[in-house]
Order: sequence, then structure tokens, then C-alpha cells
Amino acid sequence: MIAAQAGRAESGTVAKTLYDKLVDAHTVRRLDADGRQVLLYIDRTVLNEYTSPQAFTGLREAGRPLWRPKAALGTVDHVNSTASARTARMPDEEAQRQAVYFAENCRDFGIELFDVLHPQQGIEHVVMPEIGLVLPGLVIAAGDSHTTTYGAFGTLGFGIGTSDIEHYLATQTLVYQRLKSLRVTVSGRLGPGVRAKDIVMALIRDIGASGATGSAVEFAGEAISALSMEGRMTLCNMAVECGARGALIAPDETVFAYLKDRPRAPKGELWDLAVSRWRELASDADAVFDREVRIDAGAIAPMVTWGTSPDQAAPIGGQVPDPAREADPDRRRDMERALAYMGLSPGTALEEIAIQRAFIGSCTNARIEDLRDAASVVRGHTVAPGVRAMVVPGSSAVKRQAEEEGLDRIFADAGFEWRQSGCSMCLAMNDDVLGAGERCASSTNRNFEGRQGTGGRTHLMSPAMVAAAALAGRICDPRPYLGAE
Amino acid sequence: MQPFTRVEGIAAPLPAANVDTDVLMPKQFLKGVDRSGLKEGTFAALRYGPDGAPRADFVLNREPWRAASFLVVGENFGCGSSREHAVWGLSQNGIRALIGTSFAGIFFDNCARNGLLAITLPQEDVAALSARASDPDTCRIVIDLPNQTISAAGLSLRFEIEATRKDALVRGLDAIGTTLQARDDIAAFETAYLKGNPWLA
Repeated sequence: MIAAQAGRAESGTVAKTLYDKLVDAHTVRRLDADGRQVLLYIDRTVLNEYTSPQAFTGLREAGRPLWRPKAALGTVDHVNSTASARTARMPDEEAQRQAVYFAENCRDFGIELFDVLHPQQGIEHVVMPEIGLVLPGLVIAAGDSHTTTYGAFGTLGFGIGTSDIEHYLATQTLVYQRLKSLRVTVSGRLGPGVRAKDIVMALIRDIGASGATGSAVEFAGEAISALSMEGRMTLCNMAVECGARGALIAPDETVFAYLKDRPRAPKGELWDLAVSRWRELASDADAVFDREVRIDAGAIAPMVTWGTSPDQAAPIGGQVPDPAREADPDRRRDMERALAYMGLSPGTALEEIAIQRAFIGSCTNARIEDLRDAASVVRGHTVAPGVRAMVVPGSSAVKRQAEEEGLDRIFADAGFEWRQSGCSMCLAMNDDVLGAGERCASSTNRNFEGRQGTGGRTHLMSPAMVAAAALAGRICDPRPYLGAE
Repeated sequence: MQPFTRVEGIAAPLPAANVDTDVLMPKQFLKGVDRSGLKEGTFAALRYGPDGAPRADFVLNREPWRAASFLVVGENFGCGSSREHAVWGLSQNGIRALIGTSFAGIFFDNCARNGLLAITLPQEDVAALSARASDPDTCRIVIDLPNQTISAAGLSLRFEIEATRKDALVRGLDAIGTTLQARDDIAAFETAYLKGNPWLA
């Protein structure tokens, strides 16, 4: 029996975590004796053009229909251009073939598609919540690791590979192994100018890039309750970078207020019924987690990565660490390799690191609140000479809203490129790439070798910090720019 | 799916931690609509220099590991992107099993769906296997999945694996076909579930 089931509520029933409740409510049948492996019903998915084609080919070859076409949405996001003039053409022939085959598959299998010219097009994990398809209590699996984003709504979201996309499409289920439970309690309040991105980067630094592997994380505590939906999505999105296969926050009034009147959210009596049920979605007070981690929000400073793994990070006042001080030989070798790739010397102050590129975008940090925050830094300043700075809104709807608020002018006047929506230089599958040796301040989620371009050097940070770095021409503390010294 | 029973072959050491799927299969190889052509993509930035020539310092470019069937890997192998192309590429290079202390969750599942056996062992066992894999004289090992054993020079290890995962790998089962045998259960569950959550119907 797992520890989470060991606690007993006063009523005599087994105390459960929110994660257990979601898995139990979606279990079609047990696949082994102790119920560790189950056939799990999946409510919805979102599909993209690059991880789905082989799944559709598999269905076509086997002559299998979709189980529930209305439970899938397609959006083109990974390979499209983000140039300001939008056309249906992809940046290269291979990307074009993926987009065409994706459109064919959506048409032939009856799936709604937001293609690159659609007014709702955008990054899948920005689009799904903003149109109201991510609702508390759901299980959503999708062919992208950052599906954990949906935990912000009290939805169990997790990434799957292409074989499991095919399995989902044909059966509406997945063969699912129950995870261990990890609760991360973030107490106290964030200091001025410190963001959700800094919480999750501090967590990853503390527990390591595999610190939550095999676990579903539940975030709790005063600092989490105080976060906006955008902040919660950033947090749950990046939980996968410490290995979490699900990241949950119990839904509250902040969630309900965000969802009310979204186009695809329930309306009228169904809304009232749904909210009454959503209020019950929380871990029992005496539920036992397999592991607990506690973080003091007040102790978190703006974070930045110095290496090639998301856990190779430090607060902005810090320095590039010295591998010679690392006792573990394997870790020392990994650090040396990371510093060689990044072109950094031990002891260098992080604030002395000059950049050539600045990127605000991605499913982690390109929602409207992120753009407002970055614009508040940029307003009235100009990008440093020699820095190329880009803003890629998370969705076409975010782009329109930002333009209504005049944020595009603030960025453009400062010298930022104001672009169309897509995954863009987060993973550089389109034509937005770093050159070899170029160093980028980036609001994205992965600083892996070559992630943003072969030989490109990525420093992860919050969008406000990217904006500050673009102005300063080097990595710097965003707090003075935010009036938060 | 190719069944995995008893496989003998060469093991290659790749001890770096946090080897991510961007390294396993760089983005320029993700532009296809089928599973072909991924053999060259596997570890491309480590295997080939900027001029396209093989790097002599990369283990899979050297004898005898050029013909490796197994990789003995570092912690958190396969982290990052969900791209299954990473697993397809390993299989196309003849890799049948991976042995390490921990694997990222999505990657671990992707391996199982493609008949690639991912074995988790304690650090000391992985270190012992890595040492043998590093020596051309001792790098041949045998993995017996039905009996859950790994045999190497002077070493015999037992590993754990969930019964259902093992069964699917040994028999090379088609997961979708197996699940669809329960189609009536799924349909009954769905009907009751949507009735209980009418805003989802």
C-alpha cells in the first residue's frame, strides 16, 4: 500500500491526495492485482503537427477510427514561422509537409484544427486554457512534455509519446502507472519583483533535474494561493523539468474566476453544478504524501541558469560555480562540460555575463501577464546595442490583447521585434534559432545543449529578467527596473 | 513489436547525467511524418563534428562499441521533450536495452511502447556494469528478461520490472489491440462518467 493511502480520515474512509482522487475517478479497470497499473480514462488531448503524424499513420494502417473526435483539438505551433506577415507557408519543405499532413489528419478524423491562419492559433498549452478547455478534475494527456501546465486548474496533465497518442486516439484511455506523491509547500510571500518562474527554478535547483521523477507534485501554501493563473501555469509547466509527471494545485476561486465565461467553459446551470463539484477537489486534510518539500517564498531571489541542465541555476547575486569544489566526480565532470559548452569561467559574477539575444516567449512565459510584466520593465528604455530581442506571444489571442493594451508599441519602441505566435526559439524547430556561440537570455524552460540552436547558449529566467537583460546587454537583476529594490 | 527475451550483445558506457532527448535526437531530425531516417539523428551532435565527420572520441564511433546493443547510462536519462523519435532512433541503431539508475517518465514509457527495455538498477550495480562496458574485453553482456537477470564478466545481477510491462515486452504485444479487448468496459465507464459530469458530455 502506498503511503498516500495509509492515512485514515476521521470518517473511517481512506484519506486521499488530490492526485489519488483524480486517478481513481478516471480508472476504467485495474491492470494488476494492487491497482498500481490501471487503464485510465483520458478526458481530452491537444495535438500538434510534429509529434502526431506517426500516430495517425498507425491508425490509418490499422483501419482504426477515433474513439471520441470531439475530445481532441489540433493546433499548429512547433514548426511555423513567427514572422510578422502571416502566411500558410511553413519555413521549409519538411515543415510544410508536416502542416499539410496534420490538416489532412484533422479533416479525415473529424478533429477541430487551429491552423496557422486561424485567429485562435497559438502554443497548445496557452490555447487550451484560454479557450476554457482545461477544467478542474480532468485528466489531459498530450504529445508534449509541458502538458503538466494544466495542473494549475486542478487538472492532471502529463506528456506522452506518439505511441500513446495513437493509443489515446483509438481507445480514449492509456495504460497508466500510478505515481508517487510529492507535496511542495511554499510558505510566506514572494519578495517584490520575484515571480512564479523564480519559485519553480529554485525548486528545480534544490531537488535536482530528476528530483521529482516518478512523482506527481502537488503545490500548496500561501505563496501558491497568492499566484495568478498565469503564475500557476508557469509553475506547473516547468515542474516537468525536475521530472514531475503531473503537477497539481487544488482549484480555488482564482481558477473559477479565470474560467467563467471562457468560450468552451460550461455555462448557466451546468457552470453552477460544475463549480459546486470543483470545490470538492482537494487533498484530504490528513492525506499522507510520499515526500514533502518546504520552501520559504521570502528567501527566493530572481533565478538564472548558468549551465545546460535546468537545475544548474543560481540567484542573480551569485557567481558561476567552481567544479573543483564539487566532491562528486560524475557531477564535477558534468559541470565542467556545461561550463565549457556555455563558455563560462568559475567565479564569474552572473551579472557580468553579456548577452547577444533576448527571447520572451514559450508555453512557460508568454501569456498576457508575462508580457505586461516584461513591458513594465521595458517602458521608456531601449535595447542595448548589439542585442537582438524578440517577443513571441503565446497565442494569437494573447497577441491581440497585448496590442489592445499597447504593449506591442512599448516593445517595438524599445527595439524588440514583435512577432506572431508559436513555440519559436524555445526549441528552434522553425527558423528562429541561435547561432553557434550566441548567448541568449530566455524566458523558456530548457537550457539543454543545442536546444535553441547548435552551439547556442541559453540562460533561463523570468520574462521580466529577460527584458532587463535586453536593456542592460547583460544578465542583471530585474528588481530595480520593476521598482522593487 | 519485437519481443525481448534473452539478448546477448555489447554494452557501451554513457555515464553523463541528464542526457536529454534534444541530445538523443536533435530538432533537425524531427521534421518527418514517418519513423524513417532517424538512425543518423541519434546523438548527432556527439557523433559527428561540424564537418559531418565522425568524432573519434564518441564511444559509439569506436570499436567494439560501434555494434553496441545496450547502453549503460547516467542518472535521469531521456529527460526533456516527449519526442518518441529519440526511442525510434535508438532502436534503428540496434539498441535493445538501456541500464541506468533512473529514466525520465515519458521516455521510460516510450521505450516500453517500442520494445526497448529500460532497466533501473542501484548506483553500485550500474557502476559495476559501466566498468565492464568500458573495457573491450568485458563489454559483452547477456540480458535475460524472462528471468530478470543481467550477466557480465564475473557479475550476475537481478533487476526488477513491473509484471505488466515485462509481459508486454516479452510477448511483443500490440497495446492498442489489447486495450480494445476491453472496449465494452471503456464504453460503460464513459457513459456513466459523462452522465455524472454532464458539463463534459
